[in-house]
Amino acid sequence: MKGRLAIKFGSPYSILCRTSTWIPNVSPCVRSAVSTPNIRHLHARATEYLPSNFPDWTDSQRSVREAISAICSRYTDDYWLERDTEHKFPWELYKDLAANGWLGICLPEKFGGSNLGISEAAVMLQTISESGAGMNGASSVHMNIFGLEPVAKFGTDKQKEQWLVPLIQGKERACFAVTEPNTGLDTLRLQSSARREGDHYILNGSKVFISTAQVAEKALILVRTTPLKDVKKPSQGLSLFYTNLDRSAVQIHEIPKMGRSAVDTNSLSFEEWKVPVEDLVGQEGDGFRMILHGMNAERILVGAEALGIGYAALRRACNYVGERVVFGNPVGKYQGIQHPLAECWMNLESARLVIYLAARLYDEGYVDGEYANAGKYLASEAAFKAAERAIMSHGGMGYAKEYHVERYMREAVLTRIAPVSGEMIKNYIGQRVLGLPKSY
Amino acid sequence: MASGLRILVPVKRVIDYAIKPRINKAQTGVEIAGVKHSLNPFDELSIEEAVRLRERKGPLKVDNILALSAGGAKCADTLRTAMAMGADRAFHIDVPDSADGGLEPLTVAKMLKEVVKKEDINLVFLGKQAIDGDQGQTGQMLAGLLGWPQATQASKVEIKDESGTVEVVHEVDGGVETLRAKLPLIITTDLRLNEPRYASLPNIMKAKKKPLQKMTLADFGVEDKKRLKTLKVTEPPARQGGGKVEDVDGLIGKLKELGAL
Repeated sequence: MKGRLAIKFGSPYSILCRTSTWIPNVSPCVRSAVSTPNIRHLHARATEYLPSNFPDWTDSQRSVREAISAICSRYTDDYWLERDTEHKFPWELYKDLAANGWLGICLPEKFGGSNLGISEAAVMLQTISESGAGMNGASSVHMNIFGLEPVAKFGTDKQKEQWLVPLIQGKERACFAVTEPNTGLDTLRLQSSARREGDHYILNGSKVFISTAQVAEKALILVRTTPLKDVKKPSQGLSLFYTNLDRSAVQIHEIPKMGRSAVDTNSLSFEEWKVPVEDLVGQEGDGFRMILHGMNAERILVGAEALGIGYAALRRACNYVGERVVFGNPVGKYQGIQHPLAECWMNLESARLVIYLAARLYDEGYVDGEYANAGKYLASEAAFKAAERAIMSHGGMGYAKEYHVERYMREAVLTRIAPVSGEMIKNYIGQRVLGLPKSY
Repeated sequence: MASGLRILVPVKRVIDYAIKPRINKAQTGVEIAGVKHSLNPFDELSIEEAVRLRERKGPLKVDNILALSAGGAKCADTLRTAMAMGADRAFHIDVPDSADGGLEPLTVAKMLKEVVKKEDINLVFLGKQAIDGDQGQTGQMLAGLLGWPQATQASKVEIKDESGTVEVVHEVDGGVETLRAKLPLIITTDLRLNEPRYASLPNIMKAKKKPLQKMTLADFGVEDKKRLKTLKVTEPPARQGGGKVEDVDGLIGKLKELGAL
């Protein structure tokens, strides 16, 4: 190894070698060559807290990483454990992020945003999650990041001024109401309806798995305005509203769940909910197309959040097994422990590359459903596996809440289900990429 | 004499405070490659204080806040952070990264002296030390070279009047001491001075457009001359586990046995 490297450094391949080789266990003389200015290690150790030197990230992504790390590092794992146990919304983090302008990361500068891409937003959410906050932290702001994209794209100037400004400042929160109890992923068949009466629409129906409805003032809601039988295509006739979540007309019930308990998830039911015509986003009947617009972005962001959980779990596991001594050695010395964790890193890192490729493509204007979906799938599976291995590496301690990894695993499950299941992603890839017939 | 404050804030890019440094195999220093770096925490306090002086709006207005850092290419990131926090412009003195610990305090002080003259600075905020070398010398040396008054380890800074009277409180053993001086002045900052703000996202975006000028030591007629040689860097000895005693009597017995009582 040493001899080969020594030759390589002086050869025409030296540049390649410098930028693409990580050198484990090198002797002192090679090590000193490694620390000369233009030869750098590519990746930080998995034990490190929120490193910013992922090799493929842009300067812009790195500056987001560093700035958001500074905020998140003040919120410890113990803070998140307490929020999760006591089902308390993480107002402190939310307010810190709002006060420092983070909620508008992807929204237009004109309304207080920073007009950055999904590439940067993904870094932001990965970092929040990776800080130990997991989905409890990420979900507290997630909706703000991508959710109002339809408003930013299709809303009138007046609507944007009225809606985006308080959202970015953290004065108003919105929830995203699409999923229904009887339709699930079959969005086109949703049953909630709206009929026009003068200068109002009257909404009736129900929604389920609506995050943050307990703390939100606003709802972005998709309902059918033209019955399915009267439209040429099922994707027509759905309309999108952004309106006050009127608690006199909407009943909100929290759903107890496996994890991410700091952020509420709810069922909504509404009867004769009067919504002003001004709250319609874009054209009547055009709602599905507008919602579709943000879907790839959401998959990328959830994938990034999953990655955060995975790296956090791996960090805890590696730190623990490096110190925990059993049979005279740190348990991390034993290959039964070490190798599965090495696999976890490789899985996470490859999923990360797909996620950030998808983000870049999205920002460049591609409709990149293949990469967004594949990235979300790979990231959520890698995160779950890393969290599970982290528990097993901790042994009994991993099952105890005070070591946090069981919380990570419960939250990793969420990323495998939302916003779309792994099975549906495989269907999508089967049809769109493999060119095979639809199976359902 | 002073029409407004022209503040210089030298900052250093150091290994992040949360990282446990690893000593390199050759035992000549710590590993810096691939290790997370950030703005020296004491320098964050300096920038914060300069920005707060501006926000207090008087009795002396802040004309300009210049951040400066000497080091490799990555120092530009550190300077962007300083500008995102509120510095107006930045000088990056390009000094190649090296394993030998970087510039010595006297070299830095000599360079800063030239910057002060060239840029007509009348107030310099420095961190009382950088958390990597822990030398804590640069501010004092700079004051010596310039022949300016200095107030070290400040925990409170107040501009008293338009003529440039400054009061600085600093902590000493068993209490606090209040110093008064006239501009121009060197102040080094201590932990209790303030709580630095986060760089907000809109300000990070604005900082990308602020001027960052790249320079070299030669531009200030200074040479990177070493007066000190690091012979060896080693880990502190591993801590030995203590013994356990059953009760208070056991503890007293043990203390007597060790001659502590």
